Amino acid sequence: MARTLSMKDAINEALDQEMSRDPTVIMMGEDIVGGTGSPGEEDAWGGVLGVSKGLYHKHPKQMIDTPLSESAYVGAAIGAATCGLRPVAELMFIDFMGVCLDQIYNQAAKFRYMFGGKAETPVVIRAMCGAGFRAAAQHSQMLSPIFTHIPGLKVVCPSNAYDTKGLLIQSIRDNDPVIFLEHKNLYASECDVPEESYAIPFGEANVAREGKDVTIVAYGLMVPNSLAAADTLKGEGIEAEVIDLRTLSPIDMDTVIESVEETGRLVCVDEANPRCSIASDVSAGVAQEAFSALKAPIRMVTAPHSPVPFSPALEDLYIPSPDRIADAVRKTMGA
Amino acid sequence: MTGMSDLITPIIMPKWGLSMQEGTLAEWHVEEGTEISPGDEIMDVETDKIANVVEAADGGLLRRRVGTEGQVYPVRALLGVMAPDSVSDTEIDAYVDAFVVPKVEEDEDTGPTYQFAELPIGRIRYAERGGDGVPVLLIHGFGGDLDNWLFNIDAIAGTAPVYALDLPGHGQSIKAVDNPGLGVMVDAALAFMDHVQIDKAHLVGHSMGGLISGRVAIDHPARVASLTLIGSAGLGDEINPDYVEGFVASTSRRELKPKLQHLFADQGLVNRSMVDDLLKYKRLDGVQDFLENLSASLFSGGQQADRIADGLGPLDCPCQIIWGAEDAVIPAAHAKAISTASVTVIDGAGHMVQMEQAAKVNDLIKAHISA
Repeated sequence: MARTLSMKDAINEALDQEMSRDPTVIMMGEDIVGGTGSPGEEDAWGGVLGVSKGLYHKHPKQMIDTPLSESAYVGAAIGAATCGLRPVAELMFIDFMGVCLDQIYNQAAKFRYMFGGKAETPVVIRAMCGAGFRAAAQHSQMLSPIFTHIPGLKVVCPSNAYDTKGLLIQSIRDNDPVIFLEHKNLYASECDVPEESYAIPFGEANVAREGKDVTIVAYGLMVPNSLAAADTLKGEGIEAEVIDLRTLSPIDMDTVIESVEETGRLVCVDEANPRCSIASDVSAGVAQEAFSALKAPIRMVTAPHSPVPFSPALEDLYIPSPDRIADAVRKTMGA
Repeated sequence: MTGMSDLITPIIMPKWGLSMQEGTLAEWHVEEGTEISPGDEIMDVETDKIANVVEAADGGLLRRRVGTEGQVYPVRALLGVMAPDSVSDTEIDAYVDAFVVPKVEEDEDTGPTYQFAELPIGRIRYAERGGDGVPVLLIHGFGGDLDNWLFNIDAIAGTAPVYALDLPGHGQSIKAVDNPGLGVMVDAALAFMDHVQIDKAHLVGHSMGGLISGRVAIDHPARVASLTLIGSAGLGDEINPDYVEGFVASTSRRELKPKLQHLFADQGLVNRSMVDDLLKYKRLDGVQDFLENLSASLFSGGQQADRIADGLGPLDCPCQIIWGAEDAVIPAAHAKAISTASVTVIDGAGHMVQMEQAAKVNDLIKAHISA
């Protein structure tokens, strides 16, 4: 039965249902239990923003509070995955992935290939990503392209609560390592979410809005921003199609190309820094596969090639806004 | 003022199902100055879910088209005014100016309410519209749900109480179903009738729901006042395997959309929202296994496993059969399987004839249950 749920609560429900369904699903992370065992046990913190609040009492044997050492517990989660568990490791912020990259890209991503398909690594590494939280340069990055560059990793970045629940359940059931990116500024966004469990397959983009004039490709927070731009553009007589990639590896280029073949125009929106980004990847794919369908040059709307500023005024300018997306579409239409 | 308002009948934006908030007035079918009879097709309305023709609930002289083609209006917004010549244009202007769109929440008696029943098989969702007389029970088809009756529930509710259920494994009913097959579905329909204390009902079944309705009538004739079988299974051998197997196997929008187009004569009705809603259903845990097992039990290899035609022929139960002439799932030739039944084959409709030609189907059902 569907009811309205926030993205944060959708993550909690997915973890709860999967830990109930399968005792080999475990959670590891910093303060994911947080405070249990103390007099304040009932109010255990449940992670940095309370995503896992309430889960410890239902699944005490499946949740492990770890020391403040991402390199240690991400390595432990990957090792446990090769030995039959399905760990979900929670990093507070994607920005902390740097200290555990060897475990991720040189170990987890390689096992299936280097052991002739005999080893599986069903680990999920969840992390908050994205700017707009006034958390400065070391807690605000959109590092998705770092992980899409690495074969052997699957990379997911949902834009709404419905997709979040279904994609997280799929990530946990998947037999390969998954980097699951949660935009912190979407945690409060709500939509209808079924109470029952469901899995959304990887590699299937969602057409979030249909339109005939221009294709906007986005993911994460850039999806609601692109939809807001499409609303504005509708008032100007421009019908924009908005494609939510949902999973970045594998990526559903078929849906993008089918759309561009109809619209003839493409605007790629990415909160990541512009060089070697999802936007540049999608642009290159369309230029290679559907160049003859294009009526105008492809445009990209991304963050600038700079760290995320701490100044709130500058941070707001850093994030691709509905206005910037709408401007890019107008330029594409005028070309 | 009171006297004037009594003579004025508003035409308002309909509400189709719980989720509809607004609709687009796509096209008017009647000019100002036309005398409208109840049931006349007066306009096309489109929502993000579906497009359909609106039939007049009341009759009268159309004095004013308030709604503009192409514009979006909230549910229950004023779209037109009917009044006899004795009402002046000034009075109609005043009525239009004073009209306030009623809040949907405060207006509970104008739409079906969704409820849940705990049956032996598990939780079942149903919609109910109250009223007097022998109730009508609407039973949807394979892979469907009670929203397949979106355009029928309210129309029939004026004539009899109406119930529509989500069968086990479907819609928002229980998904964990042991041994999915005809027997489970028949038991669920009877258990539902017991739960809502219906001794006897007019059964209206679409596709697999027709097969279930017929089986209930054959095995429990005392529980069935009449039968309406719409594009029904159980009346012949073949069923389109490209639809049944394709529907079951599809996991993406790209795969599913062409399969759903088998359901309608007007394939443009299969929009993004319809495909998305069905994908959301198909992704729920347990649904894939359920559909595979149910289709294997009932429709394996493009052949229907169960028959009701021979069992229904000798029954006293009044039976009518309705089919869409362009049905691409079950051939319209099956409509002739019961010689004692009254048969209507409707042009311009496919398998989902109760949606595509709702007004005609509603009239047939109302006439049949009133006979």
